[in-house]
Amino acid sequence: MNPPDYQISRNAFGHLVLTRAGGERHENVVPIRAFPIAAPGEGVSLVGQDGEELAWIERLDDLDKRTRDAIEEDLALREFVPVIARLKRVSTFATPSTWLVDTDRGETSFVLRGEEDIRHLGQNALLISDSHGIQYLIADLPALDKHSRRLLDRFL
Amino acid sequence: MPTLQIPPLPFATPLPEHWQSEAQHMLGVKAKVQTWAEVDLDDRLNFGLGIIVLGDGRLVARAPNEPDWQTWELTGDLSLKHFDHAGVGTLELSDSVKRLKVWRYTLSQNLAILRLITEFDLQVRSLRAGHPVTRSSEEICPKCKTPLEPGADECAICTHELHTPPSTWTLFRLWRFAKPYRGQLLAGFLLMLGSTAATLIPPYLTMPLMDEVLIPFQSGADIDPWTVAPYLGGLLGAAVISWSLGWAKTYILAIVSERIGADLRTTTYEHLLQLSLEYFGGKRTGDLMARIGSETDRICVFLSLHLLDFATDVLMIVMTAIILFSINPWLALVTLAPLPFIAWLIHLVRDKLRTGFEKIDRVWGEVTNVLADTIPGIRVVKAFAQEKRESQRFREANRHNLIVNDRLNKTWSLFSPSVSLMTEIGLLVVWAFGIWQVARHDITVGMLTAFLAYIGRFYSRLDSMSRIVSVTQKAAAGAKRIFDILDHVSNVPEPTNPVPFESVKGQIELREVGFRYGNRSVIRNLSLTIQPGEMIGLVGHSGSGKSTLVNLICRFYDVTDGSIRVDGIDVRSLRVADYRRHIGLVLQDPFLFFGSIAENIAYGKPDATRQEIIAAARAAHAHEFILRLPLGYDSLVGERGQGLSGGERQRISIARALLINPRLLILDEATSSVDSETEKEIQRALDNLVAGRTTIAIAHRLSTLHKADRLVVMDRGEIVEVGSHDALMAQKGAYHRLYEAQARNVDGGPVSRPEGNMDRAKHEPA
Ligand SMILES: Nc1ncnc2c1ncn2[C@@H]1O[C@H](COP(=O)(O)OP(=O)(O)OP(=O)(O)O)[C@@H](O)[C@H]1O
Ligand SMILES: [Mg+2]
Repeated sequence: MNPPDYQISRNAFGHLVLTRAGGERHENVVPIRAFPIAAPGEGVSLVGQDGEELAWIERLDDLDKRTRDAIEEDLALREFVPVIARLKRVSTFATPSTWLVDTDRGETSFVLRGEEDIRHLGQNALLISDSHGIQYLIADLPALDKHSRRLLDRFL
Repeated sequence: MPTLQIPPLPFATPLPEHWQSEAQHMLGVKAKVQTWAEVDLDDRLNFGLGIIVLGDGRLVARAPNEPDWQTWELTGDLSLKHFDHAGVGTLELSDSVKRLKVWRYTLSQNLAILRLITEFDLQVRSLRAGHPVTRSSEEICPKCKTPLEPGADECAICTHELHTPPSTWTLFRLWRFAKPYRGQLLAGFLLMLGSTAATLIPPYLTMPLMDEVLIPFQSGADIDPWTVAPYLGGLLGAAVISWSLGWAKTYILAIVSERIGADLRTTTYEHLLQLSLEYFGGKRTGDLMARIGSETDRICVFLSLHLLDFATDVLMIVMTAIILFSINPWLALVTLAPLPFIAWLIHLVRDKLRTGFEKIDRVWGEVTNVLADTIPGIRVVKAFAQEKRESQRFREANRHNLIVNDRLNKTWSLFSPSVSLMTEIGLLVVWAFGIWQVARHDITVGMLTAFLAYIGRFYSRLDSMSRIVSVTQKAAAGAKRIFDILDHVSNVPEPTNPVPFESVKGQIELREVGFRYGNRSVIRNLSLTIQPGEMIGLVGHSGSGKSTLVNLICRFYDVTDGSIRVDGIDVRSLRVADYRRHIGLVLQDPFLFFGSIAENIAYGKPDATRQEIIAAARAAHAHEFILRLPLGYDSLVGERGQGLSGGERQRISIARALLINPRLLILDEATSSVDSETEKEIQRALDNLVAGRTTIAIAHRLSTLHKADRLVVMDRGEIVEVGSHDALMAQKGAYHRLYEAQARNVDGGPVSRPEGNMDRAKHEPA
């Protein structure tokens, strides 16, 4: 793996800046994962203000720590897919239904507009979009507790 | 404290109780809360509740999951910006050199945040200019920029987000459809009462037959035909009455239920047609088809057959119970004893069955979805030789169907035999108790036989009654899925007081329009005014939001922010059909319906004369090729327009748009699939037709837009340039680059897909 020919830093407005070896500077660079769910560790693209790709990172692990931390920090703020750990309550089994859930980002409630907003990802994972377009992940269906599974089962 | 005199907002929603004292303390005791917004995510995007409060000249905030408040005095160099990605909004407070604070929130808070920004900008602007804040007397909705009614604190147009779930008593809601037939239903019910009563006569007659005829005969007495005859006559009469009443009842009720089913089906379909494209975008065709087709049918069968049987059974049980009690209360009590057990058993299994049946319905939808996916896409499947995979997918869906069914059948198969077992045991008890009572001379043998005859029927009905559980649950599940459609409020709702829309000038005004597909922001802060009769050429890279903008103007979707006005009227306050009548639309991928060419051209104006149809076809340069078809204008077009080339389809859809003589003409890549020669011809025809109409034309081949009064260049959902061809060329900006890239391509080598060129052009240094 060749070391990258660019430097990543953060400006006073808190945005990433990419500086090429030749001194060319790109402000407001945004990192985007190519496969946020299927392969989060691989394939990150650094995209400039106008949506053009500035650099492609095959694997995040190949980067030096400082750059990787900066990129991961930004990625963490761009990617908001709370993982549901428990379904506490659902307002009704018909839709729209308000769900009260525990996620890895704390407790929250959201409105599920219809059953088709629950999508299967592979064998055991589910992706649920709420009425505001936020996506919640259930990573491993069988691993949920019984109560949650029973509630969820009514929608599947 | 700043001493700005700020008139209060007329409709500030009060700050929630739990923030009040602290916020007031931070703002200063006398300071007024101008506006506020809650934020529900912290810096690491964990859920939590925080607040931002804007007073006069001071912003105070407490971030989620943090104990302390922060304060900023407003100065002229502060700015508050927001953007969103993947459902998370970000609000940034910066001064001219650095960022001071970031807040994150889910889009549920968006409206409050927008209101906060509006107020913030107002105050900062006045600080910068050095004069006091002046609010316009006209209050504007922060979301759609429509002036609000005086005194209203919420915009009538924007607040239609309803999240009330349908009630679970769905089957009762079918009453709405049954109501028109209540006369027939009542008649049916009375007939049912009569026929059921008639069926209960024969067992009653066994009693005297036994006690007065058979048993005396066994003890040596003769049989007197004159005692027997009336009883036998009674048996026959009861049978005949019950037959004729039963026939009338079944006939009336079957007719009614068929009508109810049909009403349900058409109502659902009509409602479905009213729903917005957004709804269809999220649904699978197969699923919708299953709902409207088979679910309504199932409900109909339920009403005509099962519900009827059930009602008969209940009547019968009640009547039997009364008769039994009148004969002998003790034996009656013993006979009816298993009833509560059975009821309990039914209750136990019911929930399980219902959810099971709902599941089966959904899985069944999956199976049809696979079909609805592959059959229209069969060419792709074959082209890539993926028949195996598709059949695998179908097999998989079927397997899933089997699994779900198997699981349910486990419960279900146990259920019926259990009920039968109970009834057998019940009979046994009655025999035992009856014999004992006969031995004690409490009852006669005839009574016991009558009892046994009654409960034989009675229990056999119980068994079939238990079946009602499953069919009811199935029907309820079906009804729920139907009402899911019926309860869906259209995302492009009809206004309650539509503004009349008759004589249209055709001025279109886009005010700070923003639009999202789900959480994907596609159009951002776009403002544009199109004069009546003006022709606008819309250009830009593939995916820059041109078609989306057209969808918004046609009101296939409603804008997320801002508003679209036609002749100064918000399109949301017009009746959708009134509005669309004035729009002629030619889509990027034209869709033709199954039917003749003439019917397709006249789609928007079914009463068009043949002359009109031909004139429109001529104008669209479709006339000649249509004449070459074997049946001319009467030639049939296959489903989705198969049997016509892409360019031919396009020309028919142009003719279709021209026929309605619209004030607004929208051409989305109307000539992308025809050769340059034909294109020139259509272009010439269009040039005449465009005259006097407000036209929005999208084209990748920039040369087709030479007639446009103004060109609007879009890039990633925003307008980057507006002007005439010459002006834009002189400007040497985005349009210039697009144009150059195309011109170069035309000069050298074959012309390839224009989009491709543009994408490349985008990265070229200017
Ligand atoms: N139904 C949809 N759901 C989600 N995103 C969509 C939907 N339709 C379009 N988009 C996205 O919106 C953006 C704008 O699409 P649009 O169709 O308006 O582009 P366009 O400018 O017409 O492109 P083209 O020139 O290729 O027709 C694209 O990025 C597209 O992926
Ligand atoms: Mg398009």
